[in-house]
Amino acid sequence: MEKKIMLGNEAIARGAWEAGVKVSSAYPGTPSTEISESLVKYPDVYAEWAPNEKVATEVAIGACISGARSMCCMKHVGVNVASDPLYTMSYGGVNAGMVLVAADDPGLYSSQNEQDTRAVARAAHVPVLEPSDSQEAKDFMKYAFELSEKYDTPVILRTTTRLSHSQGLVTQEDRVVPEDKPYERNPAKFVMMPGNAKGRHIYVEQRELAMAADGADMPVNRVEMGDTKIGVITCGIEYQYVKEVLPNASVLKLGLVNPLPKQMILDFASKVDELYIVEELDPIIEEQVRSWGVTCHGKEIFTVQGEYSANMLRKAILHQELKIDTPSQVPARPPILCPGCPHRSVYTVLKKLGIHAAGDIGCYTLGAVAPLNVVDTTICMGASISSLHGMEKAKGKDYVKKWVAVIGDSTFMHTGVNSLMNMVYNQATGTVMILDNSTTGMTGHQDHAATGKMLNGEPTYAIDIYNLCKAIGVEHVVEVNAFDTVELERIVKEETARDAVSVIITKSPCVLLKGNVFPNKCVPVSDKCKKCGMCLKPGCPALTRNEDGTIAIDETMCNGCGLCKQLCKFDAIETVAK
Amino acid sequence: METKNIMIVGVGGQGTLLTSRILGGLALHANYDVKLSEVHGMAQRGGSVVTYVRYGEKVAEPIVEEGQADVLIAFERLEAKRYAHFLKKDGVIVVNDQRMDPITVVTGAAQYPEGIIEELSQKHKVYSVDAMSEAKKLGNARVFNIIVLGVAAQHMDYAEKDWLEVIEKTVPPKTVEINQKAFKVGYTL
Repeated sequence: MEKKIMLGNEAIARGAWEAGVKVSSAYPGTPSTEISESLVKYPDVYAEWAPNEKVATEVAIGACISGARSMCCMKHVGVNVASDPLYTMSYGGVNAGMVLVAADDPGLYSSQNEQDTRAVARAAHVPVLEPSDSQEAKDFMKYAFELSEKYDTPVILRTTTRLSHSQGLVTQEDRVVPEDKPYERNPAKFVMMPGNAKGRHIYVEQRELAMAADGADMPVNRVEMGDTKIGVITCGIEYQYVKEVLPNASVLKLGLVNPLPKQMILDFASKVDELYIVEELDPIIEEQVRSWGVTCHGKEIFTVQGEYSANMLRKAILHQELKIDTPSQVPARPPILCPGCPHRSVYTVLKKLGIHAAGDIGCYTLGAVAPLNVVDTTICMGASISSLHGMEKAKGKDYVKKWVAVIGDSTFMHTGVNSLMNMVYNQATGTVMILDNSTTGMTGHQDHAATGKMLNGEPTYAIDIYNLCKAIGVEHVVEVNAFDTVELERIVKEETARDAVSVIITKSPCVLLKGNVFPNKCVPVSDKCKKCGMCLKPGCPALTRNEDGTIAIDETMCNGCGLCKQLCKFDAIETVAK
Repeated sequence: METKNIMIVGVGGQGTLLTSRILGGLALHANYDVKLSEVHGMAQRGGSVVTYVRYGEKVAEPIVEEGQADVLIAFERLEAKRYAHFLKKDGVIVVNDQRMDPITVVTGAAQYPEGIIEELSQKHKVYSVDAMSEAKKLGNARVFNIIVLGVAAQHMDYAEKDWLEVIEKTVPPKTVEINQKAFKVGYTL
């Protein structure tokens, strides 16, 4: 059997394909995005981007109810958006198997929090499988569908950034497509009215007990007995750190982390002297184990925040003194907006006008940091618009004349629309800016409902954001080129002063989109340069100072957007054809 | 065989992922177990990026930790200094002698350190290459990262023909020739 090196996410997609999945729906979100991008390349499976994770989950539910294996993928905060269908689907169960892939982000590589999906799964009474490497990511994905159908439940496959974005060897197997399950009307199962839900809740609790009891026989849970002085219960990528540091210890590796196989754990605990629970983020396993009267070490010696590592285990468990050099104190290199990014132009105008921005999730969140420093708040997808409305209702319409809500096109289609409806319906006057760069940028330039292209590359209807805002009832909607700073400034002044809801759509494509052509570049005219530094203020990475204080423009980075030229009062920057 | 630990560091967009794929392909070609770890998403926006490559008989964790790197390949000077404490005592640094100012330096909030290569050479074995100049001599600035890889290859255990074969399998077909040329330039420096 052929072995390939695969990203954890690619292995998940491969596993889904080998298991005969027919429908997948998702919204991009680091570290889950690559699953859909990989899956769509396989034949005989339909994979789509949905506007948000709630829709994606409901799409998967529909497919599974009709009898075909289905899945949905999201990052951990996406699970929050999907919570409504998830919790109730736990009651309804499945027809064909359904798997929700949830990708957590310990260490916050690209997220607004480090919540633990296992806690959500406990509350929703949904089983969770957690693989420890790429091979298991594939194998557990296939097993998840079997479990889903055997126990009549949606199943969560949980991954973390380190697993999703690391690569390892994976054996490739053939796709086996089970017969679609027959469909029969069954309102007691799928219509969650109170009368029906009562009965299903009883089933849910029984199901959980059954899975916990069967856990000892599941191949994903295994005991590796070794030296019994130290016993470790662990799961996920953390298992690998345990193997590095304690190769001879006894290990109970949990592949099913919810529900926990209680008897298997009690048996293991009784055989070892010192028991350690090694799990990242919340003490999900630890608290349950302690509640059963088992003595163990956990979060009192390990961290609740961030990733674990082998070195951390060496210090905490083995009390080893690690001889490591101290890291050098060097300037930070945080991610920033690309040269030529249209968001930089918009923020430059807002900064000049002294306007606060209620921000949202995307590349444009970077408007919160130096040197732009315009974005004041960022909570979750769509919150920019709704929170602006809240400010207005608390403090009055004049208060929000010094504010705008800033949201991207993909984020607007995700959940911003509902927030805008609220402003119209509840008679707000605030100003919303939709930064339309025709993509879902931060996650790697995926399409969405307003770009005119599907995940599989097919052209499709592009929902028109301007007309959508008009249809919602916003009277004052205006589109402007993001780089036309003079016109943009005039519009922002006019619309923030207006006592009515306004939407300003700034348009300019993301500079990293394929097919972009940049015919010009900006060049400094050194003998006119007064070294005032005005052009440096927006923080474009292509601009630096020469030794003599005049400006240098890196021509490998510059794509000729001309923002710096607009800011120069001395004609010391020109745009020329490349 | 003890597991080998390689780190590739640089600025988002410099080709750290491509380089790690080549190293992964080499390990697979030699029938080793191999794991790689990368940073996605934020990386293109000019941030600091790290990739880990580990290969051997059986590899458990996919990351290289402090004090464990056999080879640190750095595509930019500051990033070499940032991650130097990951090196083993007798670890080797292969660094592209290029300076890219982070936003913190551009805004004046911080200063770009002077004498990085000299400072690193006090504590470690450092092989520095002006890969950009070498790449421009070949007529294509973008292959600078493969030149750096060629230099690193001098301190690793694979044969030249294996490198060339894996490069051919990994890079876009139209660029195979220039990339193989670039590798040879680095390998013979």
